[in-house]
Amino acid sequence: MLKLLGSRLATAVPSLIGVVIVTFLLTRVLPGDTAAYFAGPAATPQAIAEIRTKLGLDKPLPVQFADYVSALAKGDLGSSLSTGQPVATEIAARLPASAELTLAGLVLALLIAVPFGIMAAVRQGSWIDHACRIITTAGVSLPVFFTGLLLVYVFYFKLGWAPAPLGRLDVFFSAPETVTGFYLIDSLIARDFETFRAALAQLAVPAITLAIFALAPIARMTRASMLAVLSSEFVRTAKAAGLTDYTVIITYAFRNAMLPVVTTLGMVFSFLLGANVLVEKVFAWPGIGSYAVEALITSDYAPVQGFVLAMAILYVILNLLIDLAYGIIDPRARSEA
Amino acid sequence: MHGVVDVKDHAAKSSETPSGPLLQVRDLTVEFATRRGIVTAVSKVDLTLGKGETLGIVGESGSGKSVTSYTVMRILDRAGRIAEGSITFSGIDVAHAPESEMRDLRGREMSMIFQNPRAALNPIRTVGAQIGDVLLQHVQADPRNVKHKVIDILKQVRIARPEDRYHAYPFELSGGMCQRIVIALALACRPQLMIADEPTTGLDVTTQKAVMDLVTELTRERGMSTILITHDLGLAAAYCDTVMVMEKGKVVETAPAERIFRDPQHPYTRKLMRATPRPGITLKDLLPEGEVSAAASTVSTPVASAGEPLLTVENLVREYPRQGAPSAFLAKLKGKTLTQEETIFRAVDGISFEVKRGESVGLVGESGCGKSTTSTMVMRLIDPTAGKITFAGEDIGAIPAKDFAHHPMRKRIQMVFQDPTESLNPRYTAARAIADPLLRMGGYSGGAKLNARVAELAEMVGLPQNLLERFPHQLSGGQKARIGIARAIALDPDLVILDEPTAALDVSVQAVVLNLLEELKQRLGMSYLFVSHDLHVVGLLCDRVIVMRQGRIVEEGTAQAVLEAPKDAYTRELIAAIPHPPV
Repeated sequence: MLKLLGSRLATAVPSLIGVVIVTFLLTRVLPGDTAAYFAGPAATPQAIAEIRTKLGLDKPLPVQFADYVSALAKGDLGSSLSTGQPVATEIAARLPASAELTLAGLVLALLIAVPFGIMAAVRQGSWIDHACRIITTAGVSLPVFFTGLLLVYVFYFKLGWAPAPLGRLDVFFSAPETVTGFYLIDSLIARDFETFRAALAQLAVPAITLAIFALAPIARMTRASMLAVLSSEFVRTAKAAGLTDYTVIITYAFRNAMLPVVTTLGMVFSFLLGANVLVEKVFAWPGIGSYAVEALITSDYAPVQGFVLAMAILYVILNLLIDLAYGIIDPRARSEA
Repeated sequence: MHGVVDVKDHAAKSSETPSGPLLQVRDLTVEFATRRGIVTAVSKVDLTLGKGETLGIVGESGSGKSVTSYTVMRILDRAGRIAEGSITFSGIDVAHAPESEMRDLRGREMSMIFQNPRAALNPIRTVGAQIGDVLLQHVQADPRNVKHKVIDILKQVRIARPEDRYHAYPFELSGGMCQRIVIALALACRPQLMIADEPTTGLDVTTQKAVMDLVTELTRERGMSTILITHDLGLAAAYCDTVMVMEKGKVVETAPAERIFRDPQHPYTRKLMRATPRPGITLKDLLPEGEVSAAASTVSTPVASAGEPLLTVENLVREYPRQGAPSAFLAKLKGKTLTQEETIFRAVDGISFEVKRGESVGLVGESGCGKSTTSTMVMRLIDPTAGKITFAGEDIGAIPAKDFAHHPMRKRIQMVFQDPTESLNPRYTAARAIADPLLRMGGYSGGAKLNARVAELAEMVGLPQNLLERFPHQLSGGQKARIGIARAIALDPDLVILDEPTAALDVSVQAVVLNLLEELKQRLGMSYLFVSHDLHVVGLLCDRVIVMRQGRIVEEGTAQAVLEAPKDAYTRELIAAIPHPPV
């Protein structure tokens, strides 16, 4: 198992190097002149040139890249031009917010989609199968910013059940002491249940928005893979041995059907990271997505590079976790390592 | 399927028939709802099985033998339903019993062992847990003693080291061992009836014998009734009291095993019997009576004279890294070097043989003996580790496998594969499949000339011209086998490697295909390298037979000599393991 972990981590290194190179080049070829942007609309050419020299943007690309990599090696991701803050600090502060939201959305989607997919497969062609198809199709057809706005309209504006969509915590609460960066977990650690409830209330609507989006691929995959497993020979053996429906469906079929679902989960998570950018905008969520979008608009290189790198590392870790999950579920994957 | 149950009624039934037959099926008709409407899979089947009796249901694919047995257990899939008739199992009306009652019966009173044992087991659950599930379900054990009981059962099915195997996953066990686990699963609760659905298809003959002997012994000592479903008349005859022959959903004949062979009544039974390969017959004897003369007349005199060697294999070796071998790196850390034994597995271990022009040579052995590795190397799909392969005077073993596809010699060696369905491109019509080698290596580029050649090839293999535009899924197994053969002979090869070309076919189709191969060989003067695990089939088609075991040749000689007077103990074991019909 450790060997598997090691080899997976080793294979991630070249892709991370690739990410560093590509993001560096991409940010440089993007239209927009950083120096001109920061000099302001009324700046003289001399002022712009001065800023350019100050930022080091007048150096040749290889030199800029060498500077960037040597700083990166020291853990320095550079500083944002618009906020003046070091990128590493900003990402460290904002990443947990995004991660909490994305994971909450994913867990919620799993809790709904997996049982739904199983039922749709077991009762293939019944009303629940059709309901599953309709709901998931609807969920994936609506863009997240639209579902987000709709939910805000209904639950905040009309019904008043949800708090104002303004960030992670209501203004009357202070953030719990940072342990994991996840407010829900940190507030529980601090035994501050009031804060926990407030954070949960803020999180609910955006998480539901993401969950609706993630429902379709998970439910569809669960259904398809359950159908395949249910018609397999070992399920027939289990039935012929008189095992109960519950044992056949859960112990025999579902555990096998989980393998492709786990793989899909990795992809769904990366879709959600993308969808997150819009959801964070709608709910004024102080996450990493909205930070990156703003930086991109202002051609602020350092945060964009930092963001992409952080995402790439996150994705590598996620895939590692999926491989581990695979190893736990499937003994064959374990023995291959 | 949930029927209304009349509790009083069936309580009365079970008390009034304690000494009647264990299983009685009357007028059973099973229908399947398909896209093309309702299909009757089984019609008007009658069957009676007493306590301790053994019944063999024999038939080819599509005969309804499996559907009948699934219906008895009521594990048909949802599209299937009992349209008519009754099934009574120890006084219980199976067709109308509630699902909960059926569930209690399954596994406890009636159980089933399946074809393809590895697929029949949950791949990600230990075999011990799977057997334990059945015991717990039927309250034959409680969580405290379940492991102990499972190990007991594993011992009964002769699993070596049962304490270790308890924690094994199916993929860690051999096919024969998986089948023992499936048997353990079926016998765990000591049921009264066991249905074995092609329990040994896909297993080696010696494993087949071991498995069947085990089943017979265990069922006999427990006084169980058995239904053996098989396509192999010989197997049914060797292990059953009564044999029931089915064709297209109907029972054509039921008789005591011994009588059905001595005096078969129905023409279909006779046809099946003739088609079963057995010692002391020729290929022609496999065909139904009427067709023999027609086939015989097409045989012309041999074109090429045997003598000149076409293929010579000398000291051929193929090594693979041993799976799960201790890592050389770790061993070095511990300060020891690994022996070759520990790291390298020799699939083919220094074999030499020769195939003459116009000769057919059989390569026989059980799975893992290296016969397929050898044929793949001769085909030049993989490179040998050592040794020499000379074909028509040229050392083709020296040509790297990846270059051989473009080598001019490539078209002179062709292959017919084991599974006629899997080896055809599902998106190619029959004509396109046959044309494929012509387009790639025959210098054809479409047009009337190609069509004429394809039509000629189709005619040679007996594939009707009107089927040429069909796709594989629209053709029968025999027709697909013909396409595979037509494709192989399209470029007039000198050597055709036949890799178990009939293993996936019904016996009557196998008979026809074997005759076709013989006829084509006579007509075209090709040589065959016939790879198979079935000595009888090899004996029918081949001039010489090579028996392989663990990568080495243990015996070599004329087909007649090897089959009738085997010198090696292993060959004798192989021949003895083939079930013989009592004729």
